[in-house]
Amino acid sequence: MHLHDFWFLLIAVLWTGYFFLEGFDFGIGVLTKLLARDRTERRVLINTIGPVWDGNEVWLITAAGATFAAFPDWYATLFSGFYLPLLAILVCLIVRGVAFEYRHKRSGERWQRNWEHAIFWCSLLPAFLWGVIFANIVRGVPIGPDKNFTGTLADLFGPYAILGGFLTLVLFTFHGAVFAALKTVGDIRARARSRATVLGMTSGVLAVAFLGWTQAESGNGRSMAALITAVVALAAALVVNHYGREGWAFACSGVAVAAVFALVFLALFPDVMPSSANPAWSLTAADAASSPYTLKIMTWVAVPMTPLIIAYQAWTYWVFRKRIGTQHIPAPAAH
Amino acid sequence: MNLALAPETLARWQFGITTVYHFLFVPLTISLAAITAGLETAWVRTGKEKYFHATKFWGKLFLINIAMGVVTGIVQEFQFGMNWSDYSRFVGDVFGAPLAMEALLAFFFESTFIGLWIFGWDKLPKKIHCACIWIVAVGTLLSSYFILAANSWMQHPIGYAVDKATGKAHLTDIWAVLTQNTTLVVVFHTLTAAFLTGGAFIVGIASFHLWRAKRKQLRGEELGDKQRKQVGAMRTSLRVGLTVAVIAGLGTAISGDELGKVMFEQQPMKMAAAEALWETKAPAPFSVFAVGDVSKGHNSVEIEIPGLLSFLAHNNFTEAVPGINDIAAQEAARYGGDPEDYIPSIFMTFWGFRLMIGFGMTSFVAALIGLWTTRKKFWLAPEFRTGENEVPRLMLTRTREMSPFFTAWSWRIGILTMGFPLIANSFGWIFTEMGRQPWGVYGLMKTADAVSPGVSQGEVLTSMGVFTLLYGVLAVVEVKLLVKYAKAGPDTDEKPPAKDPRLRLPSGGAGESPEDADKPLTFAY
Repeated sequence: MHLHDFWFLLIAVLWTGYFFLEGFDFGIGVLTKLLARDRTERRVLINTIGPVWDGNEVWLITAAGATFAAFPDWYATLFSGFYLPLLAILVCLIVRGVAFEYRHKRSGERWQRNWEHAIFWCSLLPAFLWGVIFANIVRGVPIGPDKNFTGTLADLFGPYAILGGFLTLVLFTFHGAVFAALKTVGDIRARARSRATVLGMTSGVLAVAFLGWTQAESGNGRSMAALITAVVALAAALVVNHYGREGWAFACSGVAVAAVFALVFLALFPDVMPSSANPAWSLTAADAASSPYTLKIMTWVAVPMTPLIIAYQAWTYWVFRKRIGTQHIPAPAAH
Repeated sequence: MNLALAPETLARWQFGITTVYHFLFVPLTISLAAITAGLETAWVRTGKEKYFHATKFWGKLFLINIAMGVVTGIVQEFQFGMNWSDYSRFVGDVFGAPLAMEALLAFFFESTFIGLWIFGWDKLPKKIHCACIWIVAVGTLLSSYFILAANSWMQHPIGYAVDKATGKAHLTDIWAVLTQNTTLVVVFHTLTAAFLTGGAFIVGIASFHLWRAKRKQLRGEELGDKQRKQVGAMRTSLRVGLTVAVIAGLGTAISGDELGKVMFEQQPMKMAAAEALWETKAPAPFSVFAVGDVSKGHNSVEIEIPGLLSFLAHNNFTEAVPGINDIAAQEAARYGGDPEDYIPSIFMTFWGFRLMIGFGMTSFVAALIGLWTTRKKFWLAPEFRTGENEVPRLMLTRTREMSPFFTAWSWRIGILTMGFPLIANSFGWIFTEMGRQPWGVYGLMKTADAVSPGVSQGEVLTSMGVFTLLYGVLAVVEVKLLVKYAKAGPDTDEKPPAKDPRLRLPSGGAGESPEDADKPLTFAY
């Protein structure tokens, strides 16, 4: 295996890790309006991800930074080409992060309600837009001979991309509902489970449609395996969720999220940004990669660090393993 | 195309706005993390409540601040690709590596352990909880190191080769990038400035509380029990802040002098511009005040100190320092074009340099005076010594206290100068980045060649408008929250956790009683 192939794999792992983790964060954000009945329940949901959302988001920063270091052309074409959707995602991530930290810092009704709207919309929109972006990456966008995106914003919102957006939105919300069932106690836990059933079935339909379309257009043998894994994992998640095995349900929904992105990356390889204008202008992993020296150094950093990071992040989840219910939510601060 | 709306101009404005804004939060985050960690360590080691209250109080302000630092940081990483894609293609091989290292070695630590620290007060044993904030503090230091190594490479590219076939820079020696003198001196300078910022911030807020208590006493009112405890926590904080500001201020000056010498060697144009030194002179004077005129290439008004610039550049009072016109002519001969193309904005560099030094050093001097006058015991007659929960008297000598007028103004200056280092930091960055123009990477890539060719004017304008608006709104929200929590002071009624929590086995295991199971969280969003 070439180093640039290894780095393609590592980038795929980083993005997949990001969606596995922030997927349920986004889902929880969406569920603050779809599941919670009042402010205390909203706080229960927000606090299930309170200690971890920031660490989850670093997977994005690392995925983007590693793409910059390992595949400068991929990074340059992707970020300048998908300018406005990425701008929207940035704005949402900024507002959402601040909303988590600031919402409880004042007790005014309007203050808290505004931040709660922010948490909902700024979770929903990125969950949708990431799907749109990755659908476009795998299917190809107009890229000129100078490696720059030549299309318009409308080119990014074709039916296939919108389907991809809905898939990630619903799938992440499902993943979030399963996570909520795993992390809460009381009434909200039961409702999270029944909401998960509906969301899981919808994700299943969307997954079959989007992944089937992807497989038909740009698939190969390996991506077929990912497709089957995704569908089986979704079905399994629904079954075990029905029987109240919440830990297993979360594992299955996580596998489903991972398999969806595995399919995208498997279908993409060896390209990193296919050009819909002319296949000869597509960016491949080999062409877009940094020099072997840089890749070697990055490998020396990434290979020992990644397991360490996973270990201490896992430890965080263990420290905060206790389920949260409405009884655990302290009264709002007096001032 | 209208030059004011050229893609390069817009992208530069956007970079300037988002970066200066981001860097308002960065130095406070770096220094408050370490200071909070120090205070928590003092609490863990001594068990004194005042340290616990100080930790909680500064920790709260630190969190309000780091939230903004984290979210505005994502923009920094994305915008290289969004607005500067040709730059990213050209230098990604070199510049991307420290960025990715920053994420892998620093950001993960910071973001994961900050979550543990915020929510972990009743979940983690004291010592482990304290270790979490230390890990965050070390993470912030590491992250500044990597990003400054990347920036230093733009100031002084090293350890790379340009590939003949692709025309791209690629890395040949990572060690050179990470350890070149530019990187080391810049890290030293930036970190000391960060601690000066945090020190002045703490001094300002502590002065506010102490001066408020003092005024109450002057009106003949008694301090309540709660306020006395607050005074205790704030008095300790004041001394910590002053000490940090003095040491860091001295460090900023020393490292700044060192950095100046490095820059005279590596980017003579930047330093000539900082001084508006148009013609090469030996010995070169240091200009205190000047009004330059770019088109004529000389200054119309000038006040200068003879020989000082030669000393700053070379450690002697006689050696020649090259002037703007000579350097511009040399660069034009070497890289093509007109000499004027190689002259940065003299107005911005000259005044940026002076404002940086002026605001930074004022803060340092104020802290030095404060550290002396608020001393507790040293060279102080016993009758002037004050107790732990009392507002310190401002003592000039053994037995001489400042007059009421100067006392009042000293406390006010403590409050008013709290933002000075923030201003100094901003002008420092504006100076060093604008002083490098027209280069994006010095001698290697011009800023004009670095922008994204595929991104339209409308797109850049949109994002600039969106960020400016959003950042403006968030600034108001952030400052209001900071003021609210800073004014409220430490919550001295709060009790430290009664028993040291243990890392328990999963529920059903030893130790957890049913009441514990339903106990509210000590901290919740």
